[in-house]
Order: sequence, then C-alpha cells, then structure tokens
Amino acid sequence: MTVYGYRLPGFSSLILWGLLWEVIGQLDVTFFVPPLSEVIRTLFSIIGTPAFTKALAETGYAFSISVAIAIGLGIPIGILMGRSRLLDELLLPWVNMFLSAPLTALVPVLMVLFGFGMKSIIITTTLFAIWIIILNSRAGVRQINRSLVEMAQSYGASPFDAFFKIYFWAALPEILGGVRIGIIRAVKGVIIGQLLISIVGFGALFELYSSNFLMAHFWAILIVLFTLAFTISEFLAYLERKVAYYAAKR
Amino acid sequence: MLNRPNLLKLLSAVIVFGSWEIAGRVPVSYSFPTFVDSMQALAVLAWEGTLFTAYVETLKPLAVGVGISTVLGISLGLWIGLSKFFDWLVSPIFVVMQAAPLAALIPLLVMAYGIGLTSKVFVVCIMAMPVIVLNTAGAVRHTPESMKEMCNSFLGTRLDMLIKIIIPAASPLIFSGLRLGVSAGFIGAILSELKITPTGVGDIITYSRSIADYPSMYAAIFSIILLAVLFLNLLERTEKTLFKGNDLGYVSD
Amino acid sequence: MSQTNPPPVATEEAPSDIAVSVRNVSKNYGDVEALKDLTLDFPRGELTSLLGPSGCGKTTLLKIIAGLLKPTSGEVEISGKPITGPGPDRAFVFQDFALLPWATVLRNVAFGLELRGVAKSEREAIAEKYINNVGLSGFEHSYPHELSGGMRQRVGLARALSVDADVLLMDEPFSAVDEQTRRKFQEDLLTLVHEENKTFIFVTHSIEEAVYVSDQIAILLPRPSRVLEVIRPSGFRNKSADSIRRDPEYLDIVDNIWASLRSYVE
Repeated sequence: MTVYGYRLPGFSSLILWGLLWEVIGQLDVTFFVPPLSEVIRTLFSIIGTPAFTKALAETGYAFSISVAIAIGLGIPIGILMGRSRLLDELLLPWVNMFLSAPLTALVPVLMVLFGFGMKSIIITTTLFAIWIIILNSRAGVRQINRSLVEMAQSYGASPFDAFFKIYFWAALPEILGGVRIGIIRAVKGVIIGQLLISIVGFGALFELYSSNFLMAHFWAILIVLFTLAFTISEFLAYLERKVAYYAAKR
Repeated sequence: MLNRPNLLKLLSAVIVFGSWEIAGRVPVSYSFPTFVDSMQALAVLAWEGTLFTAYVETLKPLAVGVGISTVLGISLGLWIGLSKFFDWLVSPIFVVMQAAPLAALIPLLVMAYGIGLTSKVFVVCIMAMPVIVLNTAGAVRHTPESMKEMCNSFLGTRLDMLIKIIIPAASPLIFSGLRLGVSAGFIGAILSELKITPTGVGDIITYSRSIADYPSMYAAIFSIILLAVLFLNLLERTEKTLFKGNDLGYVSD
Repeated sequence: MSQTNPPPVATEEAPSDIAVSVRNVSKNYGDVEALKDLTLDFPRGELTSLLGPSGCGKTTLLKIIAGLLKPTSGEVEISGKPITGPGPDRAFVFQDFALLPWATVLRNVAFGLELRGVAKSEREAIAEKYINNVGLSGFEHSYPHELSGGMRQRVGLARALSVDADVLLMDEPFSAVDEQTRRKFQEDLLTLVHEENKTFIFVTHSIEEAVYVSDQIAILLPRPSRVLEVIRPSGFRNKSADSIRRDPEYLDIVDNIWASLRSYVE
C-alpha cells in the first residue's frame, strides 16, 4: 500500500505491532506480556548459553532427519503414484486421509511403541511432513504438459532420459511447493512432538521457562522458533518462484 | 458399486488392517494390540456409552472454537481482502501465524487462562483462524477483474458488488479454507486434551494407557481419526456439490 | 466435386514416389470411431495438408503416422516399411511448441540430437546452423519465456529440422501465433519446402493456409473420419509468395473447398 506516494514494503506493519508490544509491556498491562525490548535483550543473552544450544541441536537434529526422510521417501512415492494408476488408486485414499487426519492423536501410540525419546519425535515429525510432499510430487508429475511427453517419445527418449531430463524438472516447482509446506508442517510436528513427548529440545525449554514464570525467556525462544520457521519457509518460497517457469504450459 | 476404484480401496484397506492384525499377533510390541482386539474394545466403549459422553466433552471446545473462528475469520478475511490498509496492517500477523508452530503457545495459554474450557477454545481458535482468514482474503483479492468490471458497467452499487459478485465468487475458496480450519481445529482440540487436561476422549486415551489397556487406547485413537476423516470428507463432498464447476485442487495448507 | 469412400481421386496425377503410405487405418476410442478405414498417400518431397473441421481426426492421423498413437487396425508404411512406433525417420512439430522451459534455445534445438546420444560439440554445431536457418541467430542463449510465440515455434521447427528426418509432421504449427506472424511463417514454409528435400505432412483447419502452402491437400470429414477428396493445386505453385493469394486458381480452390465443407460445420 502507498502512503503519500511512498510504497510501503510488505511486512512493515510488523514494526507497528512491535511498537504496540513495547508500549503494552512498558505499561505493565499484564504479567504475561513483558516489553519487547526486554524480550529482545533476553533473547540475545540466552542465544549463546549451553542450554539454548543444546535445545537447538536436539530440535535441529530431529527436524533435519525427519525432513530428510520425508523428502527421501515422499518425493519418489509421489512420483510413482503420479505415473502408475494402480499404485495411485491403492495409496491415494490413505494419503488423503492422513493428510487431513489429526496426526496429534497418533502421538500417544508412538509414545507407547517407541518410548519417550528422540525416535518418537522423529517419527511424529516425519508423519506430519510426508503426506503433503507425496501429494504435491504426484500433482507435479500429473500436470506435466502432455506435449512434452509426446515430444520425448517422438524424439526417441529412453525412459531414463525422459525422467531425468524432462519430467523431473517440469514437476520441480510443484514438488518444491510441497516440500515448503511439508517443512512448515515438520516444524509444527517437531514442536508438538516435543510438547507431548517432552524432555528434549525446545519443548523442554518451554516447560522450564513456563513453570518458572520466566516470561521474557519464554517469549524469546518463541520468537527464535517463529523466525526460524518463517525464514526457512520464505527461502523455499523464493526458490519456488525462481523455478516456477519450469512448469510453463507453452 | 464394485468398480475398479472401489475394489482397490477395499483391497488396500484389507492390506492395511490385515497387516495391523498380523503385527499385533507377532507381536511387534507388547503394547501393540491386534486389529480385532482394538475393534472389540471400540465396540465395548460404544456400547457402554462411554465413547459418546467422551465425544460430547471433546467436541465442545472444537465446536465453539470452530464457530468463533468461522465468524471472526471470515469477517477478518473479507475486511482484509477489501481494504488495502487493513491488508497491510493485519496480513503479516496471520502469515506469520500460518507458518509458525502455534502449538508452542499452549503452555502460555494454560498459564493465562487455566485448564478449563476457555483455554481449549483458545487453542482451537489459534489453530483454525489463520488459514480461514488467509483463504478468505485471498479469495476476495482474486475475484476476476472482468466480473467486477461487468458489475460496474451495469451500474451496480458497492453493496451489489460485495454481495452479488465478490462473496459468491469467493465462496469456493472460503469454504475450502473452512474445511482446512476445521482440520486444524481438530488438531487443536486433541492437543488441548492431551496437553491441558484430559477430558472426554483424551481421558479415555490417557487412562487406558495408564492401566495398560492398550486395545481401548488404540480404539479411542482410531475413533477420533475415523471421525475427523469422515467429517472432513463430508465437508469436501458438500463443497463439491455446492460449488460444481470450480476446481479446487488438493487438501493442503 | 464430392466423393465419399475410397479410393479418393486426385484432380491431377500424383507422383509415383510415395514417402508415407496410410492403408485402411482405423482408430477407435471405446465406442467412438475417430478414424475409419482411412487410406492416403503422401508423395516424397512434397507438402501434403490434412485439412478439415474439428473432430475430423486429422491430428489423430498425424500422431498415428508419428508413431505416438497405435491404430486399432490398418498400417502405416514409411518408404515401404511398416512402422512400429516413433522413429528417426520422422520429426514432429507441436502446436504448443513443447519446448523445455528451463533450457536455452541452443539446448532446446539440440535436444532431439541429445536424446540420440550425439556428442555435445557436434550437436551444438548442427543446432547453431538451424537456429541461423530459422532466423534466430543471436538468441542461442535465451530462454523460451523470453521469446515471443512466433520465435518459440521457430525453435520447435529448428529442433525438428536438426534431426534430419525424412518426414516432417506439423500439427497446426501456426495456430498459436498471431495473424501477421502466421502469414510470414506460411511464406517461409514455402521456401523451406522448396529447399529441403523432405516430405511434409501439415495439419491445419485454415483453408487459405492449406491451399497456400500445399502441393497436395487431403480434405477430411468428421464422424466418421474419411477422405472427402485430394486436391493438387498446380498452376500457381511456382509463383512468388506475394502473388499466390491473388491467383484465380488459388481463390477458386479456396471457394470450392469451403463450399464442400460448409455443411459439415456444426
């Protein structure tokens, strides 16, 4: 939007909200909302601490493995589903079901089967992320311009060539879109996992700070998490835009 | 009815439930009951009526939360879609909420509002609102230009534009946003059950786990997932019939 | 001037060297008969158009000749040998260009050769030559989305030419570009047919276009598809590009074709 002819950048209203936060905090309206400045100061003070780095490492570890599995399994499954009608008809109902199902309900089962540790968190997070990656990979393959397929056939491309030189790239924008959403879901999954299964990573920190009423600390790591999630998402959106024209229709 | 897609669905169900049964018999783990045992426990729970009273408890915050999110969410979304200023002011908040793991806020809500219905409703709301708001706003913003120009050329008023063009054109996306919101709301409801205080179905789950009655635990979980999936499928089918001719693509955030 | 079932009688004697021969080809999609018992010859070194209203199966026929579709019955022979699928003796030009959006013009033109395993330096040299031929010099490192529709189609054409196939199959290649570009293309096509010693099979629904560029026009009718007649315009073939459109024989043929086809338009 423009003000007196100057175009304001997209997220600049957050500055206003930040100011509001500061004012509310300073006015001590509620115990739960300390001033933004105090939160930021606390943020910088905890970032280097061993507790924080440990939490980051544990969360990061679970997150990275889960995302790697979700991508490593999800993309091939999705692509295969897009290309094989039989596989698609067998698997699609389940994929759709798990996509909309409240996966949180499965966490108690995972805890009972795999214990209270990292394994359960990793499985939870993978489950959160994988379904949308499968669906988008499938969609990416299905929307490939029919003419490109015929072009590959008419010039005698081998199946290997056809896949790696044509189909994969044409499906890439859609696949990246799925990965981006999958990663956002993975962040939610890893946090939900840590809240319910607890003991490790940021979940443990949240428990610690909330039980000791360290509000500034609590908001500080919340901001860290939000920022991380958001940065990753925006980076992937940027990549997606860069290759969007790979799926051009003509 | 027994055409190829349905046959294959049946086949895949048989494969999955069959594997569950086999895994339970092996057994994969002492805490992994067979499919048949779990279904028996489910039948018992339903027959005794425990299941239904539990669901009433669980669905309370869900219904209230979704109701509030719908009304508030659509209104906000419309406002954002129609006003550039409001869009600039408020969208970033919802975009951040969309990407962020809102579940982290639950401990905070519990601290502020205790462990009763209020905080559970809050949890459902924060999970459901962002997607409803953003979908509605997006739908309004993407009203086809030519339709708006047509309204103007036939001298429609601004109210006409809103009620006869923008809202109907946006309805498919708004509805699909509602569906996603309900889906997120379910997650919120269960999260609050498991994390805040177990009542209703969450209670069945935690209690059965504590007395190692695994068939009942699995039965309860199976029932929630089944309920959520059935309900969302129903919404999707309603969506398809109400908005025939609009291609909405996939269930996705 | 109408005749219905085979054999279609040409208005002038066709040359005897037949590059592509279609014999009794039928194609069914479930209950729908897209093509029924079609027989047609395509003389070598000439441009034959398949002309007709929508639904007459001309693109289906083209794709069967290309080997992209299999006929339900009947045969297609190239230089006397029956075909079993796509082959290096035929090259296809697509209506919506079918370029790789992520590849440069150079790579796109060389792509047919790349799929055949030709070495990079060699195929790029060949590609550059044809890029020059179609008038796109200087655009070797541009991407399709940076080019206009007409330029993109020229890339598609260059790609088809660089594999040096005997038969060039063109599926309404000029329908996705604007009218002015289309006219230019038609003129260029005349030169191309004259210079290259290839057989061209050209699908179009534009009567003027078909009469302008073709040595032979096969008029197809829909439901079921059959050849109405085969016309061989003779008089104006050697005239300059500009004077053809005012040639009386040209105008007569266009009118006659329209008169025949008019009743088949929905």
